[in-house]
Amino acid sequence: MFGDSGAAIGYGGSARLRPLEVLPWVLAAVVFFFAPNYLPLGAYILIMILFALSLELILGYGGIVTLGHAAYFGFGAYVAGILAVRVSGDPLLGLAAAALAAGLLGLATGAVILRTHALALLMLTLAITSIVFEIASQWTSVTGGSDGMHSVPILPILGSFKFDMFGKTAYLYCLLVLFLCWWLVRTIVHSPFGMALAGTRENDVRMHAIGAPVYRRQLIAYTISAALAGVAGALLTHTTQFVGLSVLTFELSGEVLVMLVLGGIRRIYGAFVGPVVFLVARDYLAKQSPEYWTLGIGLLLIFIVMFARGGILGLMDSLRRRLVRKVS
Amino acid sequence: MEAFFSSLVSILFHGLAFGAILYVISVGLSVTMGLMGFVNLAHGVFAMAGGYLMISAMQKLGLAWLPALLLACAAVALASMLLERLLYARLYGAGELEQVLFTIGLIFVAVALARLAYGTGPQSAPLPDYMKGQTELFGRTFPSYRVVVIASSAVLIAVLWIGLERTRWGAMVRAAVDNRAMAQSIGIDTGRLFTYTFALGSGLAALGGALGADLLAMTPTYPFEHLVYFLIVVAIGGLGTLRGPFVGALLIGIGDTACKYWMPQFGAFFVYAATMALLLWRPQGLLGRAH
Repeated sequence: MFGDSGAAIGYGGSARLRPLEVLPWVLAAVVFFFAPNYLPLGAYILIMILFALSLELILGYGGIVTLGHAAYFGFGAYVAGILAVRVSGDPLLGLAAAALAAGLLGLATGAVILRTHALALLMLTLAITSIVFEIASQWTSVTGGSDGMHSVPILPILGSFKFDMFGKTAYLYCLLVLFLCWWLVRTIVHSPFGMALAGTRENDVRMHAIGAPVYRRQLIAYTISAALAGVAGALLTHTTQFVGLSVLTFELSGEVLVMLVLGGIRRIYGAFVGPVVFLVARDYLAKQSPEYWTLGIGLLLIFIVMFARGGILGLMDSLRRRLVRKVS
Repeated sequence: MEAFFSSLVSILFHGLAFGAILYVISVGLSVTMGLMGFVNLAHGVFAMAGGYLMISAMQKLGLAWLPALLLACAAVALASMLLERLLYARLYGAGELEQVLFTIGLIFVAVALARLAYGTGPQSAPLPDYMKGQTELFGRTFPSYRVVVIASSAVLIAVLWIGLERTRWGAMVRAAVDNRAMAQSIGIDTGRLFTYTFALGSGLAALGGALGADLLAMTPTYPFEHLVYFLIVVAIGGLGTLRGPFVGALLIGIGDTACKYWMPQFGAFFVYAATMALLLWRPQGLLGRAH
């Protein structure tokens, strides 16, 4: 499996905040003040970071290989959109509803799929996404079908912070939500629960043998992860005022997986590095030649699997280790 | 009643044609997954390659339909052999995640290459005249193309089953599926067996893709679009068998056609729901063995 570097695995690491962990937030602030033109892209990157982070919890720490995480992201996005159109466009209400709805979906589907393994599990995650996709595409009176929902009415946050056309409010809103969710995930990962989760990933037979409630732990992690993905989906609806079928596709599930692996799996900050590199690169390259972009991503994935399984952060780790060895 | 009966016949017929194509494409996936335990999401790439190469062979080389089909099939089988030796073989012992990521990477590469070579629009191979029109069977008329699809798939399936049950190679494959370590220890070269079996499976996928190019049109996103169906066929049928995916393909082919005919407003909803129910009931598939 991935990642042989002990420091990156997550368990056993100190829960104290390291100085380097402040860096993402400093960078985010720098972008806000010095690169106002990039705020819409920045908000999207923040959303994908949250989505990748939610996947990291079950894939990186829980070891559950899923191809259907877009189901919860998309479900959250649609719940937020439908709520705004039919009931109220209050964003915080939307976030809460999306988290609750996606979490419940995660609980219900997780209870089912976590009973299986390997191909059956992979198939079930695909089937669930396909079912949610079919409902969204066929139930046109509510979801808008293949046209999606345009100009979803979103009220100002707390009644006073209006979403402006430069994307300033949207960016800060996403940043704040991401910060809270990051704190939650970080706490979980460093808690005994998080260590038990990683233990299940490493050797579930042994975890069963010592009497750990493996299934229940995985289900809890899966539910939390689904809720976080739902929050990310709702953020997308709130910041773009649009929901379309693309939030429920296999391509999106694959893309977020690529971003996570690109950054480095089994470590929280892989979910930060991956989306930034992936989406900034796509912003530059994909416009010029989408074909070569797709080709490059494919080759990159193959390269990562063959030679650099720790992703960018893994490469940096081994580089640092080599430097340290030279110095000493 | 007569109207219902005739729609039933039509659904069964079209479902059978769709199921036959699904089977020819997916059977290789079942064997490679069962034999090597490899999660090969990129199997649809071989089907797409078969379809596109056939179209190229007809347009650029001016070949007739059948030679073009066979040429495409052989080319894909050879290319897949190379791919297996160079890349797949390195990941046989790796985890599920690596295999999933690697094959998604392959799909991305294939999608990009297909888009560069053939553009984004759907393409189909021009059918020979004897497949255009209708064929009369049992007092009803059926589209000839689909009759050819069903008939040639039936022949193919028969050859494949006899090959696996009666030949030495078939016995070796079955032995390796049952117990790889034991097969190795009695002197079966499983590495070479894997390569040839992989090539056969990919060649069959190419054949299915080319044969079914009029049913499942060739687009660059083909491996993504149909991936779920190929996997469903294998998952509900059971890994490592020939009969499992056959049952799966027939169920999905006929079920999907019936759903789209009688309840188009629900799309493929019931197919996925039924797949879920079935996998919960039997996670190893209908004919798969429990581990």
